[in-house]
Amino acid sequence: MSNRFLTNLKQLFQKKQVETWEDLPQYLDDSSEVTKELDKIATPVETESVGYSSPLIEVGYGLSVGKQRTHNEDAFFTLTTMFSYNESETPFGLYVVADGMGGHKNGEIASELAIRTIVSYILSEIYVPLMSLNPQPSDLSFREVFHSGIEKANEEILKNSYGGGTTVTAVLILGEHMTIAHVGDSRVYSIDKNGFLEPMTRDHSLVKRLQELGQITPEEAAVHPQRNVLYRALGQGEPFEPEIISTSRPDKGALLICSDGLWSIVGQETISEIINNGSSPQETCDTLIDAANDAGGPDNISAIYVDIS
Amino acid sequence: MGAVYRAQDLRFKVEKIVAVKEMINQATDPDIQATIVETFEREANILATVSHPSIPTIYDYFTLGTRSYLVMEFVEGDNLEIKLQQRRAPFQEDEVVGWGIALCDVLDYLHNHEPEPIIFRDIKPANVMITSRNQVRLVDFGIAKTFQTDAKGTMIGTEGYSPPEQYRGEASPQVDIYALGATMHHLLTNQDPRTEPPFTFDERPVRGANPSVTASMDNIINTALAYNPPERFESAGIMRKALIGLAQQTGLLEEEISVAQATQYFQDQSHSPIWTFTCEDEVRGTPNYQDGVLYIGSYDHNLYALEATNGKFIWKYAANGGIVSKPAIHDNKLYFGSTDQYIHTISCRNGKKVWVQSTDGAIYSSPVIAEGHLFIGSDDEYLHVLNILAGREAWSVNLGSPVRSSPIVVGDMVYVGSDNGEIQCYDFSGNIKWRAAAKRSVTASPHFHENIIYITSMDAVLYAIDAKSGWVIWRYRMEGGSISTPTTHENHVYVGSTDNTFYCVNTKSTKKVWTFDTDNQINSSPVYYKGAVYFCNVDGFVFSLHAASGRLRWKYQTEGQITGSPIIIDDVLYVGSSDKKVYALPA
Repeated sequence: MSNRFLTNLKQLFQKKQVETWEDLPQYLDDSSEVTKELDKIATPVETESVGYSSPLIEVGYGLSVGKQRTHNEDAFFTLTTMFSYNESETPFGLYVVADGMGGHKNGEIASELAIRTIVSYILSEIYVPLMSLNPQPSDLSFREVFHSGIEKANEEILKNSYGGGTTVTAVLILGEHMTIAHVGDSRVYSIDKNGFLEPMTRDHSLVKRLQELGQITPEEAAVHPQRNVLYRALGQGEPFEPEIISTSRPDKGALLICSDGLWSIVGQETISEIINNGSSPQETCDTLIDAANDAGGPDNISAIYVDIS
Repeated sequence: MGAVYRAQDLRFKVEKIVAVKEMINQATDPDIQATIVETFEREANILATVSHPSIPTIYDYFTLGTRSYLVMEFVEGDNLEIKLQQRRAPFQEDEVVGWGIALCDVLDYLHNHEPEPIIFRDIKPANVMITSRNQVRLVDFGIAKTFQTDAKGTMIGTEGYSPPEQYRGEASPQVDIYALGATMHHLLTNQDPRTEPPFTFDERPVRGANPSVTASMDNIINTALAYNPPERFESAGIMRKALIGLAQQTGLLEEEISVAQATQYFQDQSHSPIWTFTCEDEVRGTPNYQDGVLYIGSYDHNLYALEATNGKFIWKYAANGGIVSKPAIHDNKLYFGSTDQYIHTISCRNGKKVWVQSTDGAIYSSPVIAEGHLFIGSDDEYLHVLNILAGREAWSVNLGSPVRSSPIVVGDMVYVGSDNGEIQCYDFSGNIKWRAAAKRSVTASPHFHENIIYITSMDAVLYAIDAKSGWVIWRYRMEGGSISTPTTHENHVYVGSTDNTFYCVNTKSTKKVWTFDTDNQINSSPVYYKGAVYFCNVDGFVFSLHAASGRLRWKYQTEGQITGSPIIIDDVLYVGSSDKKVYALPA
């Protein structure tokens, strides 16, 4: 019965046969007659195979210590999966960049801890339930999962990497939805079909804030002695609030997630140009990192390029 | 970084409790280490000469290896940060005024210290102790800062309470005045400045978060928080005078309120109905409109057709129970449910019955029509799906508790809530696609916007749920439960609550954009129309607010409760009230 009902509905509305009924006389008092009439009109049709446009997600990534630092404090993580079942398509993607800071080995420990903590928490709270036999959504919303994940990472760093700190920027793609969480100044850009870049995150940087207030010019910001001071980062013991953005996954386009070793060295126009000329996400990523190194490579550089088509 | 110990001074025979603050020297370079110790000792010596009731007395200091210690008076009590955390709500203005005066007093003392002024540099709630006798004690002098090393690379300076010039290394009395302003702002708003972008106090006015704060207090805080130091109070002494003045004044405040009342009166007067129509009983439902005719149900069992331009009666159709259901209009026919348990279908033209179909419970849900079928909930716990031509049931599904939420159809999915607190999604064959659980009943209806279902529950949460999977993307906690159906415009979601507040929340950041407080429950669902939002409350008010700012455009009070929702057609708002009337108001 239900299949028949569905088929009827699909056929009737795809073919706009409703209009035919509107012309029918006042039959409405005898419902059974009409229903029979309906069934005659609505002969079952072959179910058309609906072309599913499952998004194709391709990822390139890279990390370089740069030309002036002796060790690397950046860390990143990527995971892309596609679950296709019963007329349904669920893409899943998790991309994280962390830029550690602090003397000795604390910076690299902090960025690694941040990624381990956040990724394992998100996978256990979202990915594992999603793939389980009896899919039970978590009691927590995506936003709450990110929030707790980042809080846990903060606690881990305070406990195990004293004096270390890190930025963290994480992107979760699930179905048609995208959640971005960030603390610090590692950025996410969305890139449209024409290679046009738009930052989706707002840096938690003091100089950026002074610039927004018109207190200093971009030129002054570039050479400001405190240009590296963040007002939010993990592992600093002060209360902080991660910025979490819920939005739609781009249908067609790309995302670039990167540390300031890339965006503060390579101009937005150059990034855009490299993206437009890139033959593959990996090649794009490699070229971006080369460009930062060619410009002096003063800091560690990490980049993840996510192409969605 | 370091710790504070509660210690006993064993040199005394009696039990003398002191506080010992430990500071760890983290510098690795021996020269820098030595400089830090020198600075520490110099400052400890300055502190030893300070004598003020709000400053704990310093007894001693010493350095052991990489650790330096300061021995001082032990203060029994909690600091304001802890008190605020425990309270979870803003402090009352009169309390904050008292503390503000005491803090100005001690700052005035420090700033006038001879031979050199002492700048505290770190006023914040955590450094203000309140003793058991409500005395203020300023603890943790800037001395501790000497021990913070500046590491190379990206280092953090989250201050929250510090003024911009402090980041340039300047320390004047105006630094402390700004930080005191920031502290009072935090106490009165319960918004932690360390979790907000720096220097954004002007974007977050005290009275926006806490309307009970007086305009004078707002002024004092704004002056203290001025971006440029010369625009702040010239001294802590002058700020103290301003606070004392505020504590004494009452007459000025009354004057201000009366101005506001006069404005309100003017607004009320200027807004009068275009027409009203009186039914025989309460009007609790929501009207619908088509081709110049307004259709609305009443508790007098009638569904009325009225001329939208003048409210003239056209016809009425009598059911056997009250009608709360908002009629659906399709193909010149009206579809609605009634507490008589029937789903009624009548002709728009003359109100003549086309068909009726019974359910086993009263109907408060409103129908939706899609793809030749009608979807409606009933107190018989079923979601009913009927063929609209014949009224024959196509399928129905038991949701386990009364269904007062009105279903919506998007694409080939049906979404509905139920009194057992579930939000469910079915396909057109009646197969369940997903269910999401709220903690209490869901009487509100789902609202769909950009692949997300927005819905409220009596558990005081506004949910954003992925329409495809049923995953909860975010939750926004309100103060009270809600049966109001949210509406959206661009990145904003609007909804009312039984906590008397109307909320506007950003859908991307999940942050409150603004709230508007009324004096009674808001059970009505909002409508967005041309840059304004409209909703009603149980006091019988219709409110129109600027959608961007939440500022009141106008309000109009009917003589009964309003539980239904307004509709707006061609700049005219139509709404029913428990005073038995239907109103047409200029939007």
